[in-house]
Amino acid sequence: MNISWTWFHRLASPPYFFRLAGRLAPWFGWLSLVCIVAGLYGGLWYAPPDYQQGDGFRIIYIHVPSAYLSMMGYTLLAVSAGIGLVWRMKMAHAVAAAVAPLGASFTFLALVTGSLWGKPMWGAYWAWDARLTSELILLFQYFGFIALRRAFEDPRSGEKAAAVLALVGLVDVPVIHYSVVWWNSLHQGSTVFVGEGSDIATSMLVPLLIMIAGFTAFFAACLLKRIQLEVLERESGAAWVRELLEDA
Amino acid sequence: MNALNALIRRDLTIAYRRWGELMTPIMFFILMTALFPLGLSPHPELLREIAPGVVWAAALLAGLLGQDSLFRSDYEDGSLEQLALAPLPLEWQALARTFTHWLGAGLPLVVLSPLMAMLLQYPAAAMPELAFGLLLGTLTLSLLGAIGAALTVSLKQSGMLLLVLVLPLAVPVLIFGAQSAAQAARGEDPSGALYLLGAMLVLGLVLAPFAIAGALRISLES
Repeated sequence: MNISWTWFHRLASPPYFFRLAGRLAPWFGWLSLVCIVAGLYGGLWYAPPDYQQGDGFRIIYIHVPSAYLSMMGYTLLAVSAGIGLVWRMKMAHAVAAAVAPLGASFTFLALVTGSLWGKPMWGAYWAWDARLTSELILLFQYFGFIALRRAFEDPRSGEKAAAVLALVGLVDVPVIHYSVVWWNSLHQGSTVFVGEGSDIATSMLVPLLIMIAGFTAFFAACLLKRIQLEVLERESGAAWVRELLEDA
Repeated sequence: MNALNALIRRDLTIAYRRWGELMTPIMFFILMTALFPLGLSPHPELLREIAPGVVWAAALLAGLLGQDSLFRSDYEDGSLEQLALAPLPLEWQALARTFTHWLGAGLPLVVLSPLMAMLLQYPAAAMPELAFGLLLGTLTLSLLGAIGAALTVSLKQSGMLLLVLVLPLAVPVLIFGAQSAAQAARGEDPSGALYLLGAMLVLGLVLAPFAIAGALRISLES
């Protein structure tokens, strides 16, 4: 094996990760600002109204990125929790702890925008449709993770127990998804990436892709900041944190 | 295998000596099924429509409520630590424990379900399918509940938390279980949903013991 694992080990060091996160966060922050402004302009002015839904479809520019991030967030949560369990890496648990409230917020945002979109299009704020239901269950999985982690007096055991739960959830997520899909579906199928090309007109798709990039950058910036906080809290007794505070 | 036998016999003896505790989930199951006709309306058509879902949801809750105590007494008196140190893998022990618990808490619900379904005007011809679906489903739910019980065993108040953790994971079982019962009631072939219930049980049997044992080890560390 010629692959160097030093970068991996370096990531496990809290002071290194803290500084790296501090340096990367502003980049992602500015990138997200640029992308979201451009995406909003493209989505709200440049893209033509939909022939069926009129201007109502424009909520897609918030809804789809949030829904995508809610699922990405859970995957990130479960993968970092798994790394934390297997390699006993403190930083991985810190990432899992930092991503959980963020993922839950985006899940909530996806649910709210979805139900606001559903009212004029389907005639109801809520329908027991497959994707809505699985998104709701995903929200409760985030809540379960947070609640279990907080329930332990010893944070070390809490994060390990929550990590096991996250992994069990990762196995269960596809099962839940397909079970509700076969159960009932009112939601439209996937339109952004269908086989070779896309079903959406380019003038509508480009702003959407820009918005997805912007939301992802925003997610990354928030995540890095949250990880920094998490590291400070965990390492509050360490010498490097004291030095850092004295410098500041 | 001798150790496993001894473990199962011990758990069964404990369950048998505590007769009263075995009755609680059964009472809960009966009462919960009875609440629906009282709360909605006793119209036979309506009851027949909701019967599969009500019986399944009641069995789900009745099964999970008792899971809280699955490892509790062993954890509190320290025997769980001894069991974890035993040469018999904790995974096998977890499976055996879950199974004996199911014999006391899940199987009675399966046996009782035709009676409760009958009270809800569920057609008699579809009873075998309902009971068979519940047999597969309650076993899967026991495995899921055991993961939750192992995760929360070191916490003081875990009953509600256990439900919050496990109920989202239990959704597929509820969906396919109620679906198979509803299809059987309409005279359709429920084998598709039953196969899926069986597949989930197999998945649970293979993976859940590792999750239960891992969670128990974490709980013992704290």
